[in-house]
Amino acid sequence: MWLFLVRRLVNYLVLIVVATTCAYLLAASALSPRVNYENQSPRPSEEAVDARLDELNLNDKTPLAERWVVWAGDVVTGDFGKTVTGGSVNEEMEIRILVSLRLIIAGTVLGATAGVGVGAYAAVKQYGVFDQLSTGAAFTVLAVPAVVVAISLQVLAIWLNGVAGETLLVFNGEATPSLDAGFFGTLWDRAKHMFLPTVALALGQFAVFSRYQRNMMLDVLGSDFVRTARAKGLTRRAALLKHALRTALIPTVTYFTFTFGVMMAGTTFTEKVYNWKGMGSWLIDSIATNDVHAVAAVSCFMAVCVMAAAFLSDLLYAWLDPRVRVG
Amino acid sequence: MSLSAELAPDAEGEAPARTPGRWSSVLRQMLQTRRVVFGVATIVLMVVMAWVGPLLSPWDFGERDYAAFLQPPSPDHWWGTDSTGRDVFVSTMVGLQKSVIIGLLVAVLSTAVAAVVGAFAGYFLGVTDRVLMWITDLLLVLPSFLILAILYPVLRDQGWLVFVGLLAAFLWMVTAKMVRGMTISLKEREYVLAARYMGVPAWKIIFRHIIPNMSSLLIVDATINVSSAIIVETSLSYFGFGVQPPDVSLGSLISDGASQAVTHPWTFVFSTGLLVLLVLAVNLIGDGLRDALDPQSKRRA
Amino acid sequence: MTETITANGTGDPGSAETGAPVLEIEDLHVTFPGRGREPDVRAVRGVGYSVRRGEILGIVGESGSGKSVSSMAAMGLLPDNARVTGSIRLHGEELLGLDDKAMSTKRGDRIAMVFQDPLSGLTPVYTVGDQIIEAVRVHNPKMSKERAAERAVELLGIVGIPNPAQRAKAFPHEFSGGMRQRVMIAIAIANDPDVIICDEPTTALDVTIQAQILEVLKAAQRETGAAIVMITHDLGVVAGLVDRMLVMYAGRPVEVGAVDDVYYRTRMPYTMGLLGSVPRLDTEEHAPLVPIEGNPPSLSSLPPGCPFAPRCPIATDECRAEEPELLEVGGDGHTAACIRAPEIEREGWTAADVYPVPEFGEASASRTRRADRETVLQVDGLVKHHPLMKGAVFKRRVGTVYAVDGVSFDIAEGETLGLVGESGCGKSSTLMEILSLERPQGGTVDLLGRRSGTMGARERFAVRRDVQVVFQDPMSSLDPRMLVFDIVAEPLLTHGYSKDRLRARVNELLDLVGLDPAHAGRYPQEFSGGQRQRIGIARALALEPRLLVLDEPVSALDVSIQAGVINLLEELKVRLGLSYLFVAHDLSVVRHIADRVAVMYLGRIVEIGEVGRIFGDPAHPYTQALLSAIPVPDPEKERARSHIVLEGDLPSPADPPSGCRFRPRCPKFAGLSEAERVPCLEVSPDLESTGEDDHAAACHYAQGRAVV
Repeated sequence: MWLFLVRRLVNYLVLIVVATTCAYLLAASALSPRVNYENQSPRPSEEAVDARLDELNLNDKTPLAERWVVWAGDVVTGDFGKTVTGGSVNEEMEIRILVSLRLIIAGTVLGATAGVGVGAYAAVKQYGVFDQLSTGAAFTVLAVPAVVVAISLQVLAIWLNGVAGETLLVFNGEATPSLDAGFFGTLWDRAKHMFLPTVALALGQFAVFSRYQRNMMLDVLGSDFVRTARAKGLTRRAALLKHALRTALIPTVTYFTFTFGVMMAGTTFTEKVYNWKGMGSWLIDSIATNDVHAVAAVSCFMAVCVMAAAFLSDLLYAWLDPRVRVG
Repeated sequence: MSLSAELAPDAEGEAPARTPGRWSSVLRQMLQTRRVVFGVATIVLMVVMAWVGPLLSPWDFGERDYAAFLQPPSPDHWWGTDSTGRDVFVSTMVGLQKSVIIGLLVAVLSTAVAAVVGAFAGYFLGVTDRVLMWITDLLLVLPSFLILAILYPVLRDQGWLVFVGLLAAFLWMVTAKMVRGMTISLKEREYVLAARYMGVPAWKIIFRHIIPNMSSLLIVDATINVSSAIIVETSLSYFGFGVQPPDVSLGSLISDGASQAVTHPWTFVFSTGLLVLLVLAVNLIGDGLRDALDPQSKRRA
Repeated sequence: MTETITANGTGDPGSAETGAPVLEIEDLHVTFPGRGREPDVRAVRGVGYSVRRGEILGIVGESGSGKSVSSMAAMGLLPDNARVTGSIRLHGEELLGLDDKAMSTKRGDRIAMVFQDPLSGLTPVYTVGDQIIEAVRVHNPKMSKERAAERAVELLGIVGIPNPAQRAKAFPHEFSGGMRQRVMIAIAIANDPDVIICDEPTTALDVTIQAQILEVLKAAQRETGAAIVMITHDLGVVAGLVDRMLVMYAGRPVEVGAVDDVYYRTRMPYTMGLLGSVPRLDTEEHAPLVPIEGNPPSLSSLPPGCPFAPRCPIATDECRAEEPELLEVGGDGHTAACIRAPEIEREGWTAADVYPVPEFGEASASRTRRADRETVLQVDGLVKHHPLMKGAVFKRRVGTVYAVDGVSFDIAEGETLGLVGESGCGKSSTLMEILSLERPQGGTVDLLGRRSGTMGARERFAVRRDVQVVFQDPMSSLDPRMLVFDIVAEPLLTHGYSKDRLRARVNELLDLVGLDPAHAGRYPQEFSGGQRQRIGIARALALEPRLLVLDEPVSALDVSIQAGVINLLEELKVRLGLSYLFVAHDLSVVRHIADRVAVMYLGRIVEIGEVGRIFGDPAHPYTQALLSAIPVPDPEKERARSHIVLEGDLPSPADPPSGCRFRPRCPKFAGLSEAERVPCLEVSPDLESTGEDDHAAACHYAQGRAVV
């Protein structure tokens, strides 16, 4: 068992390393930090630029392999290098990871829980009003790209604020800058800022999970063990809750891994649109500013997240399903 | 006498009329489903509109009306004009064309790759499987958005077809994994065993027996890939990593209009609405197809 | 090991007749509305019966006859869209029309049910103990958890689960099929119900396990005194178990009566056909079976008149005019729905008079001595082990499955070898090893004189031509995306048959197996199970093979259809001089078709020999138990037979016992002294000739004994 876990973790680690390396090599060869200096005025001398780029290990005149060795050597010690402006990638990352994780966790938990609940209930009431409504809602959300969801919610918020005559919903940044409202005031302020981006993320998750859970639930509704439960004397409702839903949750958990990648992409757009300084918006910004090391760091973070989700869903699966537990 | 045991009543008895084949019954069932009819009708309508619309409009694509910047819809400009004086209706129709083409091409391409990779991995297992699945996992872990965003600007001079290839390259993995799982169960089917014990070579079995028998999964997945491709394209274009001017797609139009969504809604609403409608229609067809093709869901209903 | 006399279920028949009926069903109709424009499906059309305490009622019919639907209606478990009319009374109280909540208080308390498939019948995520506790507590909410848990353990003990206290904590997937069915019975009897409905409770199980489960059901009935409604398609099971029976066809009872009346004084041609088409374990002669022609009618478009008329050899125009009522045809409530019943009674007709018996000649090969014939297949010491993996997420190897562990046999030209054994004994693995043509892990396989694993690609391709296979499941053995023509033509094309002669050959083949060549342009889904199996046989015969490997070719078919396919196989063998390797778990079928029989147990052959010898005078205790466990469709004989009921399950092939593999379940071993047991414990017995007609048994104490 332990040996097996270790083997699996090593496999994950290899995938993460390869993915990060690929991202680095791609970014280092396709992005050109030199361009950033060409647009400065006064334009610095080539020597000065070279010196600066050498210092940052970003000089395209150094062979790619050589740059990679230096970068990889740093990464092994836990240092992701310097940003294109000379700051520490690690420091920037520490702040941004927390911002992103807050959004991801809140969005996933909210969206998945609501999706599973609604999907299961819709399956029980197949072809009923609730089923039709929730199916319609899920389909509509699925048809709208995450960017458009985010923007539409913003537009809605502007309109709502206009109608209410005060700022009910905030859609810019993580907190009001230099706000002095005590502990609870700050907390309330943050919650208000968090509301819209979380909903934007959760909506997508809700749609995906409600569809999936509905299908899974329909699969077990007619199964023999539900019939056995009813033959025992359980009412339909009790049999569905206790036997069908519990069993139908198992495949949903494995599905979690698949949706996580989509979720990460969604975070990127949401952060960008709501102007949150997280990992996702950093990715967009760093591509635009040719920030090779930041791109590699974000890739690494995303790979770790996807692997963590895969691992987590494996653990959950084993916990929910006695058939896969190794005794 | 025993030889004709089951022949006799069939010839004279219950069903003299030829029972319809599988596909015609699927088609009939699909057409009975309202959402499929709605989906197909919507898409046909949109395709006609996308290609015929620009011909009807007095304005050409790319033509600017220097007398009208950011004007609301009027008899002159049906859907208004944008900040550079272009006719929103014509741009949107041209964008719609591009989005539809990208969606279809990407879906066909990625589903084909998925079918081949998944079927070979699942049929041969062993080393073939490990190598193919490792590549699949790697591509799943790599942030595809990042790769697209970095690679596309480099390759954009090759035209938007490269963009189609890149999108397809990052959309096949999940389908391939499902195809692999299905292949593993299909290869134990007795008709596959029968072919194997007949001496039919493996590649022929894959293309003759395995892939055709997953056509329902593949068709459903292809429709899902159409909508995914359109959505990814939109997102990339929104950040300026997608279709580049002078080409337009619904994504690039949405991104242009987003900043003026509140003040000049017509620059945003039409392209967004069409996009949502397009994806919704595709998804409805996919869902209807799943019900029609999946014997399990038939039993449910 | 127990040896019980199978008396009829109640001990003394008189008691069954006393007291008011517990469950009464009258004129029950169930209709499922068709989807869209499709017509309604009239699954049940006027079923009525009643059972008293302690009585066992049998309901017999083929698939789609409405036998299960009517009992699901009694339980109130039909889907919401079903239209149910008539009357269902439990202790005189009308159940039809009760809402789910009211019905829930009856279900599992007064009326309980045991379903067919024990593998999917238990919720996979709860322990079996919890599932029984739930059944107890849902009707006794005041009972403490501890008390309910004690009761659960007690129930597991009653149904014969060893170490019940410990096993209660196990999950369903840790139980074998037979054990799960015991758990299902424990759940059914948890609240001492008055009626237990058993819907094909043993169909999914092996014969030796079936014998155990039937014993458990009888014990459960003794325990609770409940009435039992036994639904089955197996006329053997009914013969020895029930008091009264009901034969159903196309949603209606067509013959009702005491079991002896129905078996010995049959008045309905359908019942006659059913009894005539069953291959029997207890008949020596190699006579062809009597198939019922055609297929059951579709329940959505019934012909006018008697629904059996299109298949009935003695149907008249009058039969097709109006559906006959169930009418009294003899004493003791014996009724039949046939207008010619009085005539049948008067003339004393039996199945042989009503149904024409097919005839075919004798194989030319069987006239030459076996030793002089060519050997088409020679298997010697064949071994197939594969790794045992555990866990789906955290997969790892935990052992080795000894699926095939030293199997030897041979097949001479024109001969049929029946390879029999229960599921998991390695018979299918043996077959797959032979067909793979790869070098075996151990031992040798020689097909038509050429050795597997040493052939070149070209030679292998040539052998493929001469060895063909027919599979069990007619649903999955034909590619649903291909036309029948393409399916039958595939082997021909693969082996370079010229294209212009293709159509003629396919037509010829379809004709050979009794199908209309005009149907070549259809898809397999448009055919019935029996017809599909014929298509599979046509495909296998396309290349004129010399050896046909048949993997349970009839076990997925209803008896009346099965008889036709068995007859076809016999006739083809005679006409084409084929050799068969016939793998089956149904020994009655094997007795009918095989020349020689090999019995497998846990990866080894335990006995091999001529069919008459194996069935008439088996020497290995396992063969004896296997034969003894099969019920015979003859009530008097069945009541007089003594069944050897083996204890326990088939041990895991990953962990076979030391010495003789059958030892832990062996009735003979149990009766041996310490000293006599030593060889059984230490030495795995080899197949040793008993000195006559190529007969050999792998037992240290082999001794013939008649059990049928």
